[in-house]
Amino acid sequence: VKTFATYNIKGGVGKTTAAVNLAYLSAADGYRTLLWDLDPQGAASFLFRVKPRVKGGGKALIRGTKALDGAIKGTDFDDLDLLPADFTYRNMDLLLGDSDKKPTRKLGQLLRPLAAEYDHVFLDCPPSISLVSENVMHAADVLLVPLIPTTLSVRTLDQLTEFVAGFHGRRPEIRAFFSMVDRRKKLHQEIIRDLSAERPEVAAAAIPALSLIERMSVERAPVTAFAPRSVAARAYRALWSELSKDI
Amino acid sequence: VLAALSQAFTVTAEHGAPGSGAHHRTWLDTFDWRLYRAGLMLEFEQARRGGRLLLSKADGTPQAEQPVTGWSPRRPSLDLPAGPVRDRIIVLTSPRALLPIVEAASTVSVMRLLNADGKTVARLVTEHLTVTAPAAGPQAGTTAELPLRLAVAEVRGYPGQARRAATLLAGEPGVSHASQSVFTAALTALGRHPADYTSGVEAEITATMPASVAVARLLLRLLDTLELNVDGVLRDIDTEFLHDLRVAVRRTRSAIKLLGGVLPADLARQYGAEFKWLGDLTTPTRDLDVHLLGFGAMAEQLIAASPADLEPLRVFLARHRAREFRRLAAALRGPRFRAITDDWRKALLEIRDAPAQRRREPTAAELALRTTGHAFRRIAAHGARITPASAPESLHDLRKRAKELRYLLEFFAPLHDPVVYRKVVGDLKSLQDCLGDFQDSQVQREEIHALADAIMAERAAPAATLLAMGEIAAKLTVSQAEARADFGRRFARFAGPAGQERVRVLLQDRP
Repeated sequence: VKTFATYNIKGGVGKTTAAVNLAYLSAADGYRTLLWDLDPQGAASFLFRVKPRVKGGGKALIRGTKALDGAIKGTDFDDLDLLPADFTYRNMDLLLGDSDKKPTRKLGQLLRPLAAEYDHVFLDCPPSISLVSENVMHAADVLLVPLIPTTLSVRTLDQLTEFVAGFHGRRPEIRAFFSMVDRRKKLHQEIIRDLSAERPEVAAAAIPALSLIERMSVERAPVTAFAPRSVAARAYRALWSELSKDI
Repeated sequence: VLAALSQAFTVTAEHGAPGSGAHHRTWLDTFDWRLYRAGLMLEFEQARRGGRLLLSKADGTPQAEQPVTGWSPRRPSLDLPAGPVRDRIIVLTSPRALLPIVEAASTVSVMRLLNADGKTVARLVTEHLTVTAPAAGPQAGTTAELPLRLAVAEVRGYPGQARRAATLLAGEPGVSHASQSVFTAALTALGRHPADYTSGVEAEITATMPASVAVARLLLRLLDTLELNVDGVLRDIDTEFLHDLRVAVRRTRSAIKLLGGVLPADLARQYGAEFKWLGDLTTPTRDLDVHLLGFGAMAEQLIAASPADLEPLRVFLARHRAREFRRLAAALRGPRFRAITDDWRKALLEIRDAPAQRRREPTAAELALRTTGHAFRRIAAHGARITPASAPESLHDLRKRAKELRYLLEFFAPLHDPVVYRKVVGDLKSLQDCLGDFQDSQVQREEIHALADAIMAERAAPAATLLAMGEIAAKLTVSQAEARADFGRRFARFAGPAGQERVRVLLQDRP
């Protein structure tokens, strides 16, 4: 199993839409795929029309009294399952802190029994620096980082790289991509061109800011599913083919 | 049905759903239903290119699966392409060929059942099936439509909704629980039953029916088995058709010899001779089949010679087999064979359906008691006279008597207590195996010598082949001696005091 996590310290950078569309494309390629909506707001769950509720809440999952397996819901798409969000996930930091040892490795442990059942697991992580995000970074093989094309984004990427470099043992691979790109802005184009040339971990494919992507919350489906020929869907496909090249 | 589901769900068609669309499937088994009897089902699912073989238990639990290309289920196949399905069943089916039993063309459509959020929470899968009996085989070409099959597919995490949908469906008039698998339902619709062929006797006789009627029923049943195998022999599908045909002929000859006293004397005499002709006709091909079937095992036993040395022998055997088979097939298509089977059936039907005679006739039970008891006493007396110094012929002779007793037991099996019957037959079988090994080793050794002469005469193989054959002949001598050494013990178990008591119980305590 290969675990991908979408992460950014900031919210509203296209993290959930990326997780939803990349998970959909992974499943469409025939990989048995699971998406875990870790964000208590439950945006990914909403987009798949699944109620953001887990029996026993985050507590039961983290304490292991209820296996993850039993909380999984099938989406409307083949090979794509969802572990829904729950409002109690907002306390997940506390719950993870409660677990006796290695509180930063708990999520990874919980996912282990699912390894035989899935080829790809996507973790959609809430924006913040917290015990949850640290857990996610330890559990992930690939950290997918959406970047807004500003000069500050370089700094964000550097900080994250440095943070991960401090991990003992296994470190996730960082793969960044530009998100919410306004192709009319010259500055955006320059930053994308320069950074993707300079930094091998930055993908050449970028996700534009498009109203069709926002429309996902009306359609309640991935844009790659309801408008597969659109510019938006093509952008996600280009990104996925770059990411999945190494699989 | 859709209206019923609409009470709880929004129902929409799902186009291009996995598994939807047209399907072509073929179920396979051997002529004698070896897979079915082992609780297995083998299905071939046609794909655009090639297809896949699916092996499952009778209840549908998957066992193995393998893709196949360039293979068609329509042709009988002695072996499957390499793969997990083949590995799982070859021991079971060999040397029989897999034959198509049922073909099915179906159209599957899928409906999504949505909840109030528009989320798919279950699927309704409907399958419309048309089934056909394959061109060569029972009920050839018959077609039937099966009732529409409905299934609710659960979406992970929504078991309650699937149950709800199933309950709604079950409450609809005209919808009932499908208790049969598609395969079984298809067979029923085509007027067939699984395991509708067996090489066993299983005649429908009772203890009180007149002996002549029982014997006629028995012989008719043997004639049915014989005729069922003719097509498979002529198409040369696998060697066991001829084997089963020969067993039916041998049983018929034994029945005529041992029980023919209750039939008109000239009928018994005439057909005794006709079935001898038929039996002799099949012998050369069967002997060569046996050599070829055992060829691999024989080659593996070689110590001094290499298995490759024997290859010219295999070629020689195969060539002679082809020649013998042509002669056999011509005779089975000829007028004498047709006359035997047709006239024999007519004569037997007359006896079976004849009105009760005024003269008192023995019952089937009386006939069984007399003939079986007599056959057993003959074996007991004959076997007791055999000493280590006895000539091989005396054991060969005992083998024939043992076979006759075995047939008598099988003919009258429905009249016996099944528990005692199984014990007596078990001991008899053990004795027969020993006598069979003894004689077969000798016959095979003699045949090896005869083959060597023929090969020399035709200059069909190099000296290395003859040397390898010599090694095999030596091995046969050893196994014959082993069988001889084991005879005393097995005979004592069958015909000693305990064995005699068992037979006495078998013949007296008839239900």
